[in-house]
Amino acid sequence: MKSLRRLGLAAGAVLMLSTPLQAADIVIGIRSEPSSIDPYFHNLGPNNAMLGQIFDRLNDWTPKMDKMFGRAAKSWKAINETTWEYKLNKGIKFHDGSDLTADDVIFSYDRAANYTGGNSSFRTYTKGKTLKKIDDYTIHITTEKPYPLMPNDTTTVMIMSSEAKGTGGKNKGISAKDFNNGLAAIGSGPYKFVEWKKGDRIVLEKFAAYKGPIEQPWDKITFKFIKAEPARVAALLAGDVDAIDNVPTSDIESLKKNSKVTLSSGVSNRVIYLHMDQFRDKSPFVTTKDGKQLDKNPLKNPKVRKAISMMINRKAIVERVMEGVAIPAGQLLPEGFFGRSKKLSFEKYDPKGAKKLLEEAGWGDGFGLTIHGPNDRYINDAKICEAIGQMLSAQGIPTKVVTMPKNVYFKRASKGAKGLPEFSFVLVGWGSGTGEPSSPLKSLLATHDKSKGMGASNRGRHSDPKVDGLINKALATVDDAKRGKLLAEATELAIGENQGIIPLHYQVNTWATRKGLKFNPRADERTTGHDYIPVK
Amino acid sequence: MSVFIIRRLLQSGVVVVIMSFIVFSGVFLIGDPVEILVSDDADQEEREEMIKSMGLDKPFLVQYGIFISKALKGNLGESFVFNEPALLLILDRMPATMELAVVSLMIAIIFGIPLGVWAGLKPESWASKSIMTGSILGFSLPTFWVGIMMILLFAVMLGWLPSTGRGDVQVILGMPISIFSWDGFSHVLMPAVNLALFKLSMVIRLARAGTREVMHQDYIKFAKAKGLQESRIILVHVLKNILIPVVTVLGLEFGGLVAFSVVTETVFAWPGMGKLLIDSIGLLDRPIIVAYLMIIVFLFVFINLVVDILYSILDPRVRLQDIKS
Repeated sequence: MKSLRRLGLAAGAVLMLSTPLQAADIVIGIRSEPSSIDPYFHNLGPNNAMLGQIFDRLNDWTPKMDKMFGRAAKSWKAINETTWEYKLNKGIKFHDGSDLTADDVIFSYDRAANYTGGNSSFRTYTKGKTLKKIDDYTIHITTEKPYPLMPNDTTTVMIMSSEAKGTGGKNKGISAKDFNNGLAAIGSGPYKFVEWKKGDRIVLEKFAAYKGPIEQPWDKITFKFIKAEPARVAALLAGDVDAIDNVPTSDIESLKKNSKVTLSSGVSNRVIYLHMDQFRDKSPFVTTKDGKQLDKNPLKNPKVRKAISMMINRKAIVERVMEGVAIPAGQLLPEGFFGRSKKLSFEKYDPKGAKKLLEEAGWGDGFGLTIHGPNDRYINDAKICEAIGQMLSAQGIPTKVVTMPKNVYFKRASKGAKGLPEFSFVLVGWGSGTGEPSSPLKSLLATHDKSKGMGASNRGRHSDPKVDGLINKALATVDDAKRGKLLAEATELAIGENQGIIPLHYQVNTWATRKGLKFNPRADERTTGHDYIPVK
Repeated sequence: MSVFIIRRLLQSGVVVVIMSFIVFSGVFLIGDPVEILVSDDADQEEREEMIKSMGLDKPFLVQYGIFISKALKGNLGESFVFNEPALLLILDRMPATMELAVVSLMIAIIFGIPLGVWAGLKPESWASKSIMTGSILGFSLPTFWVGIMMILLFAVMLGWLPSTGRGDVQVILGMPISIFSWDGFSHVLMPAVNLALFKLSMVIRLARAGTREVMHQDYIKFAKAKGLQESRIILVHVLKNILIPVVTVLGLEFGGLVAFSVVTETVFAWPGMGKLLIDSIGLLDRPIIVAYLMIIVFLFVFINLVVDILYSILDPRVRLQDIKS
């Protein structure tokens, strides 16, 4: 077949001498299929990655998430404590030829805010915001209280044409299905939606009238869904796809040596960390060394938590388990992100110090633990749990390792029996979609409080009023420099001092392409066609 | 015969109800789809809203009751993940799986029966011995591993066949079919062989055992004594008599091919029902899992029925009224 193809190519090359150059097409093998083409149906990675190519957002992140650039919006600024002004670019066309104006933005935000029947809405980002049209190309977004994260939030909601027609029903008469078959999938992004064969492929086509800041290196982009990891790598090696995402770490060494393949990798906004039960006096998986239930919970003591952190050899995990493809972590976001603490670096491996701390805390004889983790969610998640289990067991805390598929794990880790986290010591990851530490601080380290919407994923129930105070203050500080300082302070207190969670490492994602292409590694872990670029 | 068919269909109804309850409660016990589908950033309120919109806030038996009452009206629920009718999503994927299953069944029959008969006729020859050894491998090697090895050999090293996905689809008689173009056929070949290996080995063994048994029967000896041609003895007298077990087993196995080609579909990224099922299990998309298994139960009942009817045609001694099961 390949030789046949080569023959065909040769013949084609001869023909091409007389005809214009062949269109530039790319076929990309991706792991995760989006669940809809409706931009407000499901606020999740694969959807946001795919749809961001079809629909513009007001503003967006650069691949490294170090700064924002305007897409539909030309500029944005806070004009007073509670109002942000967005100026739109003039002359942006939707794929049906109509103009993008303030009405479309307001229509889109309205549909996003009132979406029903989807999986996980964008209300987290639209809540408490009122959009007002000033003229066709100016919008004011107001909030009740000062809201500094406005530009971060507007990088999430996509903009659709207010003239898109659907087949009726709720959500402004346009159902998810109308998007999936292309009827309503009218955006203004660099690529047009062509077709989605579920379970097989999504095809996008270059939008000729696009004038925005995103490059359009391809005329046609085909995404094929190849979930099985060896199959994805094989498809690249066989030349059936030009590029793949989520290269398994175990294949990276051999692919590096392959002259037909180029690897591109970059650190992501996802930190892998451990939660420890800090709210029960009798924690279900904290035992004596021989496995009997303890009636005291050592994990409530910050010294014990720090000792555990010191027992973990992060460098060894990165080198052996992650095959060098990860970065040891000491806080919530890797270098280069806003609001990071300059003081915190990762906890050094220090068995002696750990032993001393345990003794100081009155647990010099150790105790038993069980670490729970998923086995199909993060890169090498189960192996990381095993490594941690071994490290702790060797240092006086005999640790059992239990891993399970994510569909079983997350329910039990968040709300097992009686609606409380079921485990005592868990491995989880967090990708910060807003590109700064307020989202993980709010969800992972703030006191669990349903009425305030804080601590939603705080599975260890860490709670410190001082941390809460700093987070709330930061969330109401519009001045970037001041807010950044407050967020760094909150992180230093919650992680550095309190040891509320134990950060392990930042994930590094790897994309592979055939020779002659490369990928701009994206910190948000998204695989987008326009970030694959030809190299000379 | 009509009484027989009606009784069969009633029995299948009971099976479907029992099965739906088991699957429904099983998926309910495993976990919570909201925890998997929800965005990290969502707060508690948002999560609760989602639970409510999926109807997961109600007690289990109420959820099941709602499901049954809807199912009686022909609505098997809407997928949690895609928010489209589960039944349509599955039927949409069915042609791809059917195509794969039919092609692999063909491979199993076309290669399995001649090889098996050959091995039965000349059990001592080295060719027969290698056929039998090969069939042991076909039985025992795991599908996943064989699939990956085939991809490495035929796609990566030799470059003869594409490694992944389904080829160009044409609509023939209202069915989207891909095997009638070279592109489509080259895509289906590897997954079909991968899926067929196990069945092929089984057909070989059944055909061989049948042939060896039949060859010693009086009517074969009589046919030989009559001076009939060897080819006529084999093609008519032997073949017809070994077909009964082969048809029974293949019939049952066809259901398995359609229902559980999960591994092959995953390895070759074949956009069929099996891939949908395994993805849905991963995301706890209960409406799809339940609807899928209900369809499969019907499919098995239907295939069994067809097998029974074929049986009565192949073996005149069998009368359908007599079968009480």
